[in-house]
Amino acid sequence: MSGDVMCDEKGFCVQREGERCVIDATGVYYRQLNERIRAALEHGVTDIEVVQVRGQRYIATAVEGDVRFTVRGVPGQDLGAFMRGPTIHVHGNAQDGVGNTMDGGRIVIHGMAGDVLGYAMRDGRILVRGDVGYRVGIHMKAYMDRVPVIVVGGKAGDFLGEYMAGGAIILLGMRSGMADAPITGRNLGTGMHGGVIYLRGRVPEYQLGPGLSMEPVDEADLEFLRGHIADFAAEFAGEFGAGAGTGGSGTEGQAAPADAEALAAAILSEPFVKIRPFSHRPYGNMYVGTN
Amino acid sequence: MHVKPISQHFNDFVIERERARCINCEVCVRQCSYEAHFWDEARQFVVHDSARCVGCHRCAAMCPTSCLTIRKKPSDFRDNSLWTSTYIKHIFKQADTGGVLLSGMGNPQPKPIYWDNMLLDASQVTNPSIDPLREPMELRTFLGAKPDAVDFIHTPEGPRLKQPLPPQLQLEYPIMFAAMSFGAINFNLHVAMARAATQLGICYNTGEGGLHPDLYQYGANTIVQVASGRFGVHKDYLNAGAAVEIKVGQGAKPGIGGHLPGEKIDEEVSRTRMVPQGSDAISPAPHHDIYSIEDLLQLIYAIKESTRYRVPVAVKIAAVHNAPAIASGIVRAGADIVVIDGFRGGTGAAPTMIRDNVGIPIELALASVDNRLRDEGIRNHASLVVAGGVRCSADVVKAIALGADAVYIGTAALVAVGCTLCGRCYTGKCPWGIATNAAQLKKRQNPDVAAQRMANLVRAWGHEIQEMLGGMGLNSIESLRGNRDKLRGVGLNEVELNVLGIKHAGL
Amino acid sequence: MQAPRDFWHFDKDISGCGVFGVIDRARRLIPGSEPIAAMCTMHDRGNGLGGGFAAYGIYPDRADWYAFHLMCDDRDALERAEGVIKQFHDIRHSEPIPTRKVASVKNPPVVWRYFVTPKANRPAWATGDEADYMVGTVMHINTKVPGVFVFSSGKDMGAFKGVGFPEDIADFFRLDEYHAHMWTGHNRFPTNTPGWWGGAHPFTLLDWAIVHNGEISSYGINKRYLCQHGYECTLMTDTEVVAYLIDLLIRKHGLTKREASWVFAPPFWDEVDRMPEAEREAFKALRMVYGPALLNGPFAILVTDSHGMMGLNDRVKLRPLVVAEKGDRVFMSSEESSIREVCRDLDRVWAPKAGQPVIIDYLPQEGAA
Repeated sequence: MSGDVMCDEKGFCVQREGERCVIDATGVYYRQLNERIRAALEHGVTDIEVVQVRGQRYIATAVEGDVRFTVRGVPGQDLGAFMRGPTIHVHGNAQDGVGNTMDGGRIVIHGMAGDVLGYAMRDGRILVRGDVGYRVGIHMKAYMDRVPVIVVGGKAGDFLGEYMAGGAIILLGMRSGMADAPITGRNLGTGMHGGVIYLRGRVPEYQLGPGLSMEPVDEADLEFLRGHIADFAAEFAGEFGAGAGTGGSGTEGQAAPADAEALAAAILSEPFVKIRPFSHRPYGNMYVGTN
Repeated sequence: MHVKPISQHFNDFVIERERARCINCEVCVRQCSYEAHFWDEARQFVVHDSARCVGCHRCAAMCPTSCLTIRKKPSDFRDNSLWTSTYIKHIFKQADTGGVLLSGMGNPQPKPIYWDNMLLDASQVTNPSIDPLREPMELRTFLGAKPDAVDFIHTPEGPRLKQPLPPQLQLEYPIMFAAMSFGAINFNLHVAMARAATQLGICYNTGEGGLHPDLYQYGANTIVQVASGRFGVHKDYLNAGAAVEIKVGQGAKPGIGGHLPGEKIDEEVSRTRMVPQGSDAISPAPHHDIYSIEDLLQLIYAIKESTRYRVPVAVKIAAVHNAPAIASGIVRAGADIVVIDGFRGGTGAAPTMIRDNVGIPIELALASVDNRLRDEGIRNHASLVVAGGVRCSADVVKAIALGADAVYIGTAALVAVGCTLCGRCYTGKCPWGIATNAAQLKKRQNPDVAAQRMANLVRAWGHEIQEMLGGMGLNSIESLRGNRDKLRGVGLNEVELNVLGIKHAGL
Repeated sequence: MQAPRDFWHFDKDISGCGVFGVIDRARRLIPGSEPIAAMCTMHDRGNGLGGGFAAYGIYPDRADWYAFHLMCDDRDALERAEGVIKQFHDIRHSEPIPTRKVASVKNPPVVWRYFVTPKANRPAWATGDEADYMVGTVMHINTKVPGVFVFSSGKDMGAFKGVGFPEDIADFFRLDEYHAHMWTGHNRFPTNTPGWWGGAHPFTLLDWAIVHNGEISSYGINKRYLCQHGYECTLMTDTEVVAYLIDLLIRKHGLTKREASWVFAPPFWDEVDRMPEAEREAFKALRMVYGPALLNGPFAILVTDSHGMMGLNDRVKLRPLVVAEKGDRVFMSSEESSIREVCRDLDRVWAPKAGQPVIIDYLPQEGAA
């Protein structure tokens, strides 16, 4: 099908193919780029591919509904902030602030991501193939049936899950560009008062923030993990192995299976631990009233 | 053997009951949420334990025979101007518990209150004063970024704007209700603030507790706040209000976060904040997506993108040493409104040491921020709102003369509905039904009555502001704004006068 | 050195920023268009009130002479500066720095460059080595000669900076016409009165050039500590203290770049407590001796000199920094997108850990020992 041309009021036009369109971000400032994206959505496009992205901020920010984004390049800060519903695939690395205060939807990063990913995220999924930066999953929270989950194939920086109030972070530490680094940094889960962090492997106790316990996973945890790891494996099968590509120098040691089921099995072949807070009120006894 | 911790030996208040007038009706027993009054089964009359009294005066106010008097307990300690009883009692408490001292309400310390050292002008002979009862007297205020010049297309029908002005908040009084979250104060008072603001044509601020679905209808008079915990913050919330405020800091506790204790998180608070019941709601000290000024720009524009540039974005900071430079950065980062909260600002709970020792007076911060923004030629690019210790309409007038566009009132609005500043907001047992979500207590605030009281207060202040304006020979608030010629200092030294940018009285 | 009497005036500008750096370890030349394009993608990290670049290897024919870049309020100021320079140095070559008119660059100062060598007969006060002498004269001009500021003083390198977005400043200084084997760039978001070109980054001293993103919360004590050691901070910016601390720690006290990074962003005490004893004692000593030089608060800095580039984050990583490699080229930036703008296909990309320096030196030159 030849597709029709769709123009915004400023005369910018994109070629659409039914519900799909491709937007070239070369040299386009974020504000114009996002206006074009919104214009396309208003024209009923539900599948947008943005190519040649280099640092444009706020892509899919505050977008609602069942929409699919494919981002090629390196999107800028606050990708998918306040987003509710869309699915974003990033073919490249992402920068800081991915999924900031995200309200639902799915972000899949075929690469690595920067700091403060999933800050105050309330629902949805973020899957990252490689490493993530500092303060990932900070202040994630769950409410009723809304449980946010972040799965990271690589390693994480310090302060993972700081102030976490709900939801789950699953850290695999497998496909990392930081061969010598520990799976996660210092002050893991510090201030955490809800939710759970699953680690593949272990970390020394001193990396844990105060008031947290690290214990082996039980059957219920495994059930939860199997679901999310199958999901993760389905996204990244075929690109999780050693080799070139954006971010990360490949799985440590050996090539990973290309088939999703085998990859999931390989991921689950190592034991996991879970980190939880002892209390939902970590600072409950810290104060004495003066009046 | 039962030994009381030493700190509990020394209470602050004594309850005096005139036995002859007490009818043992038990109103005081029911009113006191701290159980200072109780029924003595053995002796068959009402008794009290002064050690539990927090000095809120609820019992005395409700007593049908006025038989109760609450007095400060005379000091037990030898006079010592260094070691006052406050410090002695603090140490006892900390030695007993190892706890961080916690207080409610604003800084009570005897530090300078510059409002009281500034006096207003009035017209005599050379220019006429104006009678606001019979002549027009305009208080309407717009908050938001203004361009440096108006850009017209000249048409035969007259000039037409080339581009609409950036979004503005329109206020009929230069007064707004300050951010007090749903959770810190209860739903009835949020309803009251929303209704009062709507009636008055002003705005109230949600604070960081999200927006209850029933309050979306008041959106045109609502400023929704985004703070570090991001409680209840989502796309619909951002788009519900007439403006969005990013809270970076609070005058009562600059540089630290807050947390709403689990006790205060009931079902409705939980639903609005979207956090589980009973779990603490912790707001980290910083926004973890703002570690630098360019990050603030990033969040401001994330919100502008999310609201399609329809509403002004405010940024609230505590008044701190570098406030002028920070405010300048905030304006340059794209904020439409800068809010500065002084060190007298109220709070539901703050570590006492922070509350009493961190930050600077709002009068000084306001004066220097306004100067700085004017010096840099960016004062028009944002409006300036101040908060923290505005007690009366004269304070409002002085703030505006120093350069503020509008003020926030928080404590004053709560006092309007009964708060007596007993400072125990963090217990969730507020006997006046304000800083509590307990069903038995919050029903003490009827939203209709509370809305009326808040509206009365602002209307009364409005009249007084008009009187003062008229006296100065002005009939519109713009002519007062930044007009420091209308202020004179008394009892201030040269440095203080220079910072405030005002002359001493007599000059 | 005695502190100025009003030393408690800790006024400083606060500024956020974007930084970018690229080094070719084999000293192959990189056109100015690359760092300029990279900075353009980070436009929103600045606010048009400061941009600048440092370039190494741009004066190969005059590589043995110190290149002084001066900005002067007017011709008279330039004359005064030249007088002072002649007093202490032999001027080998002198010329205006080539510029072009750029609409968005308002009221530029007079910019001039001198290639100098220190006079053989130095004044009696000049007891230190040549570097001290050069630092001394730069400080003298900057603090004592009104209307003049030396913004670059190294050999075979130069800083170019001013008030404007980096792309505008690059245009003004015609940086597209330069080739260098190492570049850094900076996009500034200051909150001060616009107008003074000296306040932009990079900050330089001799071969050192610093670009910095963040705010140094420890500025008050860093400044007083430097004063104890003879450095007077006059620029009202926290980045200045980084430049002087680097000079103090590395040039004067002989620490390596890595050791200096441990002073700026020391490991936490609990990490020190877990170290083997000898290492522990070394780290304790660094902290005890150089505590006042600790840079507290958010920062990501790129430090360059004639040996190469160092990137460093604060110890809890409050500012972003991304490093990437492609062959002999190493890039460091606040945002990966800026690197991809100039090099799509990278061998490796990573975000360094908090407080862990990334030190990239030039490869040994052929024929060198």
